Amino acid sequence: MSRIVIGPFNRVEGDLEVTLDVENGIVREARVSASLYRGFEQLLLGRPAGDALAIAPRICGICSVSQSLAAAAVLRAAQPIAPAPNGLIATNIAHAAENIADHLTHFYVFFMPDFARAAYAGRPWHEATEARFKAVSGAALREALPARARLLETMGLIAGKWPHSLAFRPGGVTRALALGDEMRLLALIADFRAFLERALFSAPLDAVIGLASARELDRFVEGAGAAGDFATFIRIARDLGLEEMGPGPGLLLTAGAYLGPEGHRFPAGLLDCATALLREPPLSRVEEDVSHAYMRDTAADPARAETLPDMRREGAYSFAKAPRLEGRAVEVGALARQAVAGHPLIRDLLARRGASNVFARIVARVLEIALLTRAMEDWTRALAPREPYCVADAPLADGPFVGFVEAARGTLGHWATFRDGQIERYQIIAPTTWNFSPRDAAGNPGPLEQALAGLAVGEEGATNVAVQHIVRSFDPCMVCTAH
Amino acid sequence: MTKARDDFTLLWLQAGSCGGCTMATLERGAAGWFEELRGFGIRLLWHPSVSEETGEEARAILARVERGETRLGALCIEGSILHGPEGTGLFNKLSGTGRSMLDWARALAPRAQYCVAVGSCASFGGVPAGAPDPTDASGLQYSGVDMGGALGPDYRSVKGLPVVNVSGCAPHPGWIMETLLALSLGRFTRADMDDYGRPRIFADHLAHHGCSRNEFYEFKASAEEFSERGCLMEHLGCKATQAVGDCNQRAWNGGGSCTQAGSTCIACTSPGFEATRGVHRTPKIGGIPVGLPLDMPKAWFVALAALSKSATPKRVRENARSDRIARGPTPGAEKKPGGEKKT
Ligand code: SF4
Ligand code: SF4
Repeated sequence: MSRIVIGPFNRVEGDLEVTLDVENGIVREARVSASLYRGFEQLLLGRPAGDALAIAPRICGICSVSQSLAAAAVLRAAQPIAPAPNGLIATNIAHAAENIADHLTHFYVFFMPDFARAAYAGRPWHEATEARFKAVSGAALREALPARARLLETMGLIAGKWPHSLAFRPGGVTRALALGDEMRLLALIADFRAFLERALFSAPLDAVIGLASARELDRFVEGAGAAGDFATFIRIARDLGLEEMGPGPGLLLTAGAYLGPEGHRFPAGLLDCATALLREPPLSRVEEDVSHAYMRDTAADPARAETLPDMRREGAYSFAKAPRLEGRAVEVGALARQAVAGHPLIRDLLARRGASNVFARIVARVLEIALLTRAMEDWTRALAPREPYCVADAPLADGPFVGFVEAARGTLGHWATFRDGQIERYQIIAPTTWNFSPRDAAGNPGPLEQALAGLAVGEEGATNVAVQHIVRSFDPCMVCTAH
Repeated sequence: MTKARDDFTLLWLQAGSCGGCTMATLERGAAGWFEELRGFGIRLLWHPSVSEETGEEARAILARVERGETRLGALCIEGSILHGPEGTGLFNKLSGTGRSMLDWARALAPRAQYCVAVGSCASFGGVPAGAPDPTDASGLQYSGVDMGGALGPDYRSVKGLPVVNVSGCAPHPGWIMETLLALSLGRFTRADMDDYGRPRIFADHLAHHGCSRNEFYEFKASAEEFSERGCLMEHLGCKATQAVGDCNQRAWNGGGSCTQAGSTCIACTSPGFEATRGVHRTPKIGGIPVGLPLDMPKAWFVALAALSKSATPKRVRENARSDRIARGPTPGAEKKPGGEKKT
């Protein structure tokens, strides 16, 4: 048995180290470590509660709106206000823009460049892939980065700046959009849609959204969408067997995404991949295990837990805690959202393998780009002229509260206890904390640790590109993980 | 054949960061960030978020720079330098190397022609350095307002400059890139930095300059609730009169700014900005805001505020408390004294 340490693990967000125990060319065990701790939960303690809106987003520069919204959600839970419908809609537009930008950055900047590596030099698709997707120099980046910047102009309009906006409040947003702003929004979404329909899909968004099965996807790739970057990915994925790679733990969780006046656009749920059983997620049964984290023992319930590092802890190997739902590791992300929402293509992809995998994760993310771009148009048209965008704060109740949102990478929860308008406790569980958690006290590995176990890496060991694909298929964000 | 140009190399590392400075930088350039770098002959040696090399290959690049085999134009570090626990820096190891970022920063900075702190974390410590400072965080050359930090007050890069502090949380992509481009062209000198090492590219302005709420400011017509259009200084905590930045003179994300969106300036370019408690409230003594414009005598401010409040036009007063323009400038009001009313 040999032990290989991979790091710095790049083209993910933040600091990740992966350790593989390899025997006869097969990964026996994987250990996933977050190697950065900044102590945000301690930074929030004792502050006026509203400061969470300024501090919490700074956990993460890639999903800062999600962190803002989780903070706004937990503050809202503690006060008797109903947010302004326009405020919720404007929030959803901005949040969708951030999440699309994340998915897009992941696809073009983080994920696809691995197929341009020299390791694939012999493949028939390699030359074209290298020209289009090579890290830093690929032609696709000259289109994708300006498109991303154009999309993020949404933030300039709604939130002033990105990352780290202060515009998101429990009662709405700090800027009311005027008619001209709405038109600017529609114009920039149209520009972004044009990029998608030209480069990523080479087909109308509706054609992508309407794909109902793996067979239809195959037809799309050979037919209407053949010239798009998405089709390139599908063809490579079929050739490399990405569908067989990186199975998840079998449980997919989402807390519900894009809260509007009529509820969540994508509903909450917990899906068992093997049985296709879907139920309400038992979110009150979240526990954090610290047996393998550089953390002191504390309450398992995040509403009562603390986060105090302990570098000398026996057996610890990560700053990430291990969140578990009813004692089990669960996977979160776009795949979970779309599987729970019942998108037929995603359900079909899961049914084929009975588990999540590298291929399904990427398809779900790219599909979400299409779904959310359409949703941004609908939302913009649903803004009500002359109606308010923000409802003023009311005094906060004392006690423990929780707020959930869906970041691009999955379920994000903030648990806070307020006392006299101040923060007494604050605990955060981020999407990558779920997906990249270390082992728990029972020895159960986290989702990525499971997904890597059993992988045949052969002679190449750590340099086997499959390791890169599996890790990146989760689009990890390590700065969120331990925060 | 054209002669290979003497590339200006760039190595970008992330310490105790949120990655936001990188995310902001990726917004830069009409044809994307990478094209802009290429256009200026800047060669990216490695960047954790965007480069191909991972693990061993990345470590090899760092080793060559450390040994002096690869010439280093600019070392960009994003994120606070974490000294904890107990001075070990182990709260932030550069994964795969077994070494802390504190150690790496000290090893690489002396090799760099220029050392650039990207963002307020790397500049001054930033949010992680806020009380109770759980990780003992500092900037590269400052710890809050004090010289020191990870590299010490005497650090100078190969070209003789202290650390260039492109502060901001996150900084405007333009601040980062205009500084890097000027450095790569050899056109950036000590005279282009302010007293806190910030590029005067943005530090010659106050964030308040050019704010779309300036008319409200002049008349002290203030917003009292979020999403109202009045000036945000009197009640909602706006610190733009005390913070450097050309935030309201250049577009953020295609046309925004913090105050444009009604969300107040929290002085994110300033050392110690994270120490403010109650960011959305203006602390006052006797009804007068404690934080007054940087270089304005208090008595003047008080006198002018009283005078201008008494002269506030109805339109301005009404709009200040509305969430959109309630009353536009009317033709009647524009009429010159003695002029004829048009019909
Ligand atoms: S809102 Fe702030 S930046 Fe704008 S005018 Fe008022 S004080 Fe100046
Ligand atoms: S307006 Fe203030 S808080 Fe906003 S970016 Fe500028 S300096 Fe930072």
